[in-house]
Amino acid sequence: MPRFGESVDRYLRRELLPTVWCPGCGNGSIVQALAMALARIGREPEDVVVVGGIGCSGRTPFYLATNALHTTHGRALAFATGLKLARPDLEVVVTSGDGDSLAIGGNHFIHAARRNLDVTLLLFNNAIYGMTGGQAAPTTPTGSRTSTSPGSGSTERSFDAVELAMAAGATFVARTTTFDVQEMPLYIERAIRHRGFSMVEIITQCPTYYGRLNRLGEAPAMLVWERDMTGEPSDDQHGWKTGVFRDDDLPAYGDLTGQNSVRTRA
Amino acid sequence: MSKQEQQEVQQEGCRTSRPSPDARLVTGAEAVAEAMRQIDPDVMAVYPITPQTPIIEAFSQYVADGRVHTELLLMESEHSALSAVVGSALAGARTVTATASQGLAYMIEVLYIAAALRAPFVMAVGMRALSGPINIHADHSDVMLARDSGAVILIAETAEEAYDLTVIATRLAEDPAVMLPVLVGQDGFITTHAAEPVRLLDDALVRGFVGEYHVPYPLLDPGRPTTQGAFSMPDSYFPQKAQEEAATRQAGGRFLTLAGDYARVSGRELSAVETYRTEDAEVVLVAMGSVVGTMKDAVDRLRARGLRVGVLKLRMFRPFPEDALRKEISPGQLLLVFDRALSPGSWPPLFLEVAARIRGNSCRSLVFGLGGRDLSVEAVMTVVEGREDLPANAASHLGIAGGAL
Ligand code: SF4
Repeated sequence: MPRFGESVDRYLRRELLPTVWCPGCGNGSIVQALAMALARIGREPEDVVVVGGIGCSGRTPFYLATNALHTTHGRALAFATGLKLARPDLEVVVTSGDGDSLAIGGNHFIHAARRNLDVTLLLFNNAIYGMTGGQAAPTTPTGSRTSTSPGSGSTERSFDAVELAMAAGATFVARTTTFDVQEMPLYIERAIRHRGFSMVEIITQCPTYYGRLNRLGEAPAMLVWERDMTGEPSDDQHGWKTGVFRDDDLPAYGDLTGQNSVRTRA
Repeated sequence: MSKQEQQEVQQEGCRTSRPSPDARLVTGAEAVAEAMRQIDPDVMAVYPITPQTPIIEAFSQYVADGRVHTELLLMESEHSALSAVVGSALAGARTVTATASQGLAYMIEVLYIAAALRAPFVMAVGMRALSGPINIHADHSDVMLARDSGAVILIAETAEEAYDLTVIATRLAEDPAVMLPVLVGQDGFITTHAAEPVRLLDDALVRGFVGEYHVPYPLLDPGRPTTQGAFSMPDSYFPQKAQEEAATRQAGGRFLTLAGDYARVSGRELSAVETYRTEDAEVVLVAMGSVVGTMKDAVDRLRARGLRVGVLKLRMFRPFPEDALRKEISPGQLLLVFDRALSPGSWPPLFLEVAARIRGNSCRSLVFGLGGRDLSVEAVMTVVEGREDLPANAASHLGIAGGAL
């Protein structure tokens, strides 16, 4: 496995660093992990497309030396569906946030999973809308403070992305965190190698909004918080269990109709 | 600028923009949130989007602090937010929302339905460019999407106007002759995020002005159940659309009346069309939104150079205030119409509206500031001074290589 900084350079656009993200944001760790996974798989950057939605996570494709497509809020998976069907030979990775994929794009999320579309979704879950300034998202744990749920915090229940993906039919489902920097690239690698719809939910720290509004401290303290929230499975309703929850071999979308045969155009 | 010009500009500046002592320094977004707090709607349904978000953030704080009785719905998209707004408005609740750009684009399907169902509510819009490419800055392309929806469209120049228009819009939306969505646009960032002196009214004044909302046909009246949104065949569809169109037209006259009522409460006149130094003008700049402030400065400077020029501002785009426009324009005046939006393959939207109403005037079309590009006082002056060279057969794109200027 490549070490940090090693052999991943050809997947990264280092000239664009430092990133636009806030100091201490977890998104940079995910970019690194994705580059490491791609390096381990060994696909050429030009054979990979990273599709982003809107939100802080939507900026991810810019930092990769692969093909990149920046789409609209919530629709990254829908754009990716067309892309994958037109070019089944390409590796399609979608980077999308919890607001992007579970709120405004929730419909595409469940239908991509239902179809078992052969793309990989990296779901960046920071439990808040970061880019617009820290509003409550459908992943905001009950009682958490956001800019639209100040005071005693969010009164709504939150989604469990893993349960949702499994119920909708995703065939590879995993969850990890930006604290788990060793595990994260391995899960991403398995997800990309998986044939069918694969989803890796990555709990990532947003020190600027979620951390500050909930007094979780700076990024290092938030990483420890991530570790504590995911350690032993517990009854804590705000806990996130990590691991690979499903890895099934089932026909991917298009397999039965032969649509996934590789077409190349001169 | 010569010394004399400078002096004259300074004097003009003092006369036109001295903040009143009771003004507070707030942003356009804060001003609208404050108006909404005073209006104290029953329901607000929203989804975050830049540059509107400070409105819903400030309002969320009012909810958390118990300063409003509003039910705040944090929906999963703008499409859902506006759907919830329509349900709420039809049920009989006083309802508001706020959005911008892609959010408004995503609401458009529901906005047409809202107007057809005659669902009254106020929508604050932080006007912003549409994707693509993605851009978060000031532009009028988003509100132009709502142009033919049936909704009333009001556009503010300043934070104070955004405040005033939000209060008036509440009454206008709910007026029995209107019963329509009313959009109140202000320029993204330029107005939403910049702090200006705003003369906020007392809570009691605003509450007294907006009064209680009595919905004429509530969906949830068990004694008098109604069906809304039913399927319509060719025999009834067209007549219904005609009624809806008549309501949008009536909103023009109702706005005049309500703005008159508001003037008595606030001491501020908000006509659909406002002019600045146009009486003897040979050239009239026609525009909407924050750029009008820039234009007033340009006019002062140009007048100091002896040019007879003025500004005509539209606060209302739908219904289009054609009578007021005609009244303010004299034959022979050259109209320079500034649009912050495009209509590819045709003329820009404001220009089309103006040109369709004017006889005996030459009009020139200028497109400026797309995606938040600044238009400086100097650039406006250059346009006016070079007006003879503006093409009559195409719009000039200001500041673009290959454009006329
Ligand atoms: S707002 Fe939060 S998620 Fe967005 S870049 Fe900053 S820290 Fe990261």
